[in-house]
Amino acid sequence: MLSDITLGQYFPIDSPLHKLDPRTKILSLIAIIVAIFLAGSKISYAVCSVFILGVILMSGVPFKMYFKSLKPIWFVILFTAVLNMFLTQGEIVYVFGIKTYIKYEGIYLAIKMAIRLVLLILVSSALTYTTSPIALTDGVESLLKPLSKIGFPAHELAMMMSIAIRFIPTLIEETEKIIKAQKARGGGFDSGSLIKKVKALIPMLIPLFVSAFRRADDLAFAMEARCYRGGANRTRLKQIHYKKADFFAAAIVVLFLGIMIAISFFGV
Amino acid sequence: MIKTEKVTYSYSEETEDIKFVLNGIDIEIKKGEFVAILGHNGCGKSTLAKLFNGLFLPAGGNVYVSGKNTKSTEEYWNIRQMVGMVFQNPDNQIVATVVEEDVAFAPENLGVPAEEIRRRVDDALKAVDMYEYRHHAPHLLSGGQKQRIAIAGAIAMRPECIVFDEPTAMLDPKGRKEVMAAIEKLREEGITIVLITHYMDEAVKADRVIVMDDGKIVMEDTPKNVFSQVKMLKGLGLDVPQVTELAYLLNKSGIPVKNDILTVDECTEEIMKFLQSDKGKAEN
Repeated sequence: MLSDITLGQYFPIDSPLHKLDPRTKILSLIAIIVAIFLAGSKISYAVCSVFILGVILMSGVPFKMYFKSLKPIWFVILFTAVLNMFLTQGEIVYVFGIKTYIKYEGIYLAIKMAIRLVLLILVSSALTYTTSPIALTDGVESLLKPLSKIGFPAHELAMMMSIAIRFIPTLIEETEKIIKAQKARGGGFDSGSLIKKVKALIPMLIPLFVSAFRRADDLAFAMEARCYRGGANRTRLKQIHYKKADFFAAAIVVLFLGIMIAISFFGV
Repeated sequence: MIKTEKVTYSYSEETEDIKFVLNGIDIEIKKGEFVAILGHNGCGKSTLAKLFNGLFLPAGGNVYVSGKNTKSTEEYWNIRQMVGMVFQNPDNQIVATVVEEDVAFAPENLGVPAEEIRRRVDDALKAVDMYEYRHHAPHLLSGGQKQRIAIAGAIAMRPECIVFDEPTAMLDPKGRKEVMAAIEKLREEGITIVLITHYMDEAVKADRVIVMDDGKIVMEDTPKNVFSQVKMLKGLGLDVPQVTELAYLLNKSGIPVKNDILTVDECTEEIMKFLQSDKGKAEN
């Protein structure tokens, strides 16, 4: 049931975005996020939206998936929109009970903030849909590598990320087994009050932790037996290379960021 | 290949009242040999395995791999590369989220160039019949398949010897069969094999069987000679292969069959021989 989850949100198809180097995609995402925060005027929001629509179309991932990615945060979007509507000072549009007014500026700001949040989620989803977790950790490792000169554990961080991803399904399976075993002994997980339910989690969590530590111990031996000694002198089976498409993509993102800076600078 | 001299080992650091898990082990494993190590739980056989490639260092005595002492720090990684290891739990020794990435883990650590890693990974996966699964996620494979991937991960180091620490203990019969087939294939290729096991029918295939009890070696001989001593093995809390036990019991009740039988074929042959003999006919 739980064990057939896919790792991350990766959507495995073949698109121009899937083929890009993970480093290009990570850096582009950062640049685009900066651009979204620069947006202020209606024109700049329009430019941003058109650009991100382009990214979504290029990714080849169905719109349905992007809607799904918005699901968990629609409440946040609505909440901030409502707050903005009521709490912004300005020209009163509608009186809503005692001392609550909806103002013109409030509506404007609420719409802007909602669009901003939606755009941020969409563009981040575009990264996770088109990049496998392995590629993502490889990209992070490679990008952080220069920092290892000043003692930042770039390789170790990436290793930890990939081991964590590797063991998610294993630990989920384990959790299921423990729940079944405890149920067989009369333990209940889905009845009673909230406090009772939380208390019922303890007999599940303790065995899970014990076994996770045991696994970690085993894994450490297995890694050592296979000559693991940190990131120094390590080679990779799959090297990541920047290709022509990466420079092309980077150029487009830089151009986009440039346009956004220009718009906000000249106040169009 | 591997030689131990009066090796002792203890998990506790206290000097007084020290309890040794291993108590003076002398073993010599020759190149290309297939050695099985037997013993009941807690007799120190897994500890011994970890001494073979320097994961543990002996408290007393020395372990030599191809003449190199495992205590010498310069040879540390050479020794680990020469002696690969496969552990009991297949889940806990797979590092990566894709099969081929996992097999590549050891050569990546050794700093092997990318094209060479590719070749080694492909060779290793073909050697254990898992090549078509190279792009799969390990958590979706069966226990036997995962364990074969762990074996491929060890082969990719190009070791001279592989130590198997109860590789089939957590597998179903089908998985056990697959893993044993992979081990026998490696043996044919001339890789030295040390197999620690609970299953007697696996130990039967070895060139030599070592029986351990309480941190000491109590028996060391060919499978035939070891398993013919049914009484002594039972005394150590060990089983013998089913057919060997059958032959032993037949013998005990006065039916003259050989008592060093290891396989079903041998057993049927012996029983047939008895049935067709004069004494057998008389009893019928």
